[in-house]
Amino acid sequence: MAIFPPQNRLWWKEPLSGIEITWIGVAFVWGLVMFGTMVGWHFVGKQNLSNETYRINPNAFGEKVEAMVERYQVREEGDTGIPVVHPAPGTDIYMLGRLWEWYPVLELEKDQKYRLHLSSMDWQHGFSLQPQNINLQVHPGYEMVLTITPDKSGEYAVVCNEFCGIGHHTMVGKIHVIDNK
Amino acid sequence: MAVDTQAPSRGFIGASYRTCPETGLKVCSQAEALIKVNAVVAVVFLAVGGFFGLMVALTRWPAVHLLPADWFYLLLTAHGADVLLFWVIFFEVAVLYFASAIILNCRLAAPKFAWLAFVLMVVGAVLANVAVLQGESSVMFTSYVPMQAAPHFYLGLIVFAVGTLIAVFCFFGTLVIAKEEGSYEGSVPLVTFGAITAAIIAVFTIASGAIILIPTFLWSIGYISHIDPLMYKVIWWGMGHASQQINVSAQVAIWYAVAAMLLGAKPLSEKVSRMAFLMYILFLQLASAHHLLVEPGVSSEWKIFNTSYALYLAVLGSMIHGMSIPGAMEAAQRRNGFNNGIFEWLRKAPWSNPAFSGTMLSIVIFGFLGGISGVVMGTEQLNLIMHNTLYVPGHFHATVVGGTTLAFMAVSYLLVPLIFRKEIMFKKIAQWQPYVFGAGVAGISLFMMGAGTLGVARRHWDMGFSDAAMSFDYPATAFLMMGLNGIAALCAALGGLMYVLVIVCSVFFGKARTPESIAAFPTLPKTGGAATVTTYGSEAHPKLPGTVVLVSVFFVAFVLYYYVNWKYLSEVWPLS
Ligand code: HEM
Ligand SMILES: [Cu+2]
Ligand SMILES: [Cu+2]
Repeated sequence: MAIFPPQNRLWWKEPLSGIEITWIGVAFVWGLVMFGTMVGWHFVGKQNLSNETYRINPNAFGEKVEAMVERYQVREEGDTGIPVVHPAPGTDIYMLGRLWEWYPVLELEKDQKYRLHLSSMDWQHGFSLQPQNINLQVHPGYEMVLTITPDKSGEYAVVCNEFCGIGHHTMVGKIHVIDNK
Repeated sequence: MAVDTQAPSRGFIGASYRTCPETGLKVCSQAEALIKVNAVVAVVFLAVGGFFGLMVALTRWPAVHLLPADWFYLLLTAHGADVLLFWVIFFEVAVLYFASAIILNCRLAAPKFAWLAFVLMVVGAVLANVAVLQGESSVMFTSYVPMQAAPHFYLGLIVFAVGTLIAVFCFFGTLVIAKEEGSYEGSVPLVTFGAITAAIIAVFTIASGAIILIPTFLWSIGYISHIDPLMYKVIWWGMGHASQQINVSAQVAIWYAVAAMLLGAKPLSEKVSRMAFLMYILFLQLASAHHLLVEPGVSSEWKIFNTSYALYLAVLGSMIHGMSIPGAMEAAQRRNGFNNGIFEWLRKAPWSNPAFSGTMLSIVIFGFLGGISGVVMGTEQLNLIMHNTLYVPGHFHATVVGGTTLAFMAVSYLLVPLIFRKEIMFKKIAQWQPYVFGAGVAGISLFMMGAGTLGVARRHWDMGFSDAAMSFDYPATAFLMMGLNGIAALCAALGGLMYVLVIVCSVFFGKARTPESIAAFPTLPKTGGAATVTTYGSEAHPKLPGTVVLVSVFFVAFVLYYYVNWKYLSEVWPLS
């Protein structure tokens, strides 16, 4: 009876039952398998986060973004007034989150590598690439860098999925992936 | 068994007792009063917070879209705080007092401090609610900086935490008194052991909470200029995650208690069950990493170490309990004569007793829905396709609502007759309550997980993006999921309402239990309760084919679902 003291006060000297030993063994081995899968994916899998992050002043990040926009802007996105940039494949590309937009819109080429830099100008935001469903946390003061290789063309949305105040649900950005000519 | 419910006898040092006519336990009247007030306040917060949850769910039902955006975020903040913090922790304090003073036959240590703890907790909880309802603190209960709430929001949480800490120390004090006064023989019972686990983790948790909330409070009144958002999260989740382990420990202790009281089940092996509790203490303290798997500035090594060493060994603890408890039930039922075939023991279990059905549903929902999804989501790379989507609330409604809340509801059906000494009213409603609530909760968990798999964001007012400059259309199935989620939420809310109705009416208007009614309708059936007192101890080791089948099904489901998610991951853009 679990609500009364155990008959055998030296409970740690009790024998184990066979079924319990088996289950503990199975569960423990399964834990090792899951551990191995995580580690192994770093070697064989294609989807891993880099550990590359820098501390950065939000304004300094903003300047880097502006520099990219100035250099690579190709048009504006519809009538939103937000610039669309088409950076050279293989280069560093930037996206910043601020209340309540993702800036700028990126146009990328399929199957090309880009070094994507993400940071926030104010509060935390959530970079949620849809319909891929890739989700990253974006902090002010931290610049996260990861290499992405868009492998399907199409129009992708960047939904903010970290609550960032009353306009949170209007914070949607865009990434276009086009077939290379 | 002395049947003396009316005249409490005076014990030494001024403590007064009565003898429980059903279990023969000596009941300290201070402990009893404190269990009552904490439980009643807990239920009030469940009712209020559950109502907010329903409002939130109806807003997320696209066809209904009940609340305006500001109210949605406000009530979502209040919902998280009222249910996850206040309902659960008030109830846990009641469980701690029960597992120490009542189960150990002892007086409660420092009752004046226990009352102080209660008052502080009430003041803190009310203050935080006032701050949220005033509208300046819609920051979600996680209150990530640099978003700022009103100072009295943080202050309320701090005062509440201080109160909880005092209550936990009263629990430890009671253990010391019980030992010194020799109120029990040998080692503490397993249920108390589980409660000790919960309390030790609680101390650690509250310490982390203080380390982060006190500076945040000072920042909100302008004394500190900057709080690092990443550091905040690491420490906040040191509290936020470990506190979930308090819930798990308390809930597992209740599983054991109900199995013991209703079926006369005893652990297959005390050693295994206790080691499994110890694993919670040893391996969970650092496991805040799985909330930070897609955060900048956190290394893969730390994430892997933290999620596997710290998380999997704690998961191992839960998997052990998940086998040991059904195993103990099966063994007890077979001893009780239900020995035919593989599942007669389960079919002939007391399914119409809400304490039993609630416990079983709690085990199943926690294990199958909450446990598996939690491990999957806590895998370093898999988190990429789930972080901050509705998958996350889907997961934790299975753990903390389907698991913890349902377990607390189940044990209430025993506490009311035993501690409040009232008959349960509306027996038919009570009988159905765990099923209605369990079905609703399983529904909201599954549908939110489904919507999350399709990418729908959590904490988000408008999945149609009607006011956004750039738009996006989630797949139609995602909208369907959120509609079904709304319907399941109505079902869960009905189940919650049934619980509140039955418990509140029974406590305040129920018939007092008399020796005659106790004889006619014992709370603890003949097979359970005091009848097996003389033969307690570990279970001999019989064959348990039913349990073997159940855990095998669980394990296969776990492995398949885990690798299905790796397949999903392998289909997204390569990242490195
Ligand atoms: C009638 C029962 C309930 C319903 C219908 C319900 C529904 C919901 C919904 C729809 C969300 C919002 C998801 C989002 O938009 O992000 C939510 C959030 C949440 N719920 Fe519940 N819930 C219920 C009971 C509970 C209980 C009993 C607990 C805790 C013990 C709980 C804990 C939470 C927490 C912690 C959150 C997250 C708040 C946040 O994101 O800050 N819920 N609930
Ligand atoms: Cu945002
Ligand atoms: Cu946002």
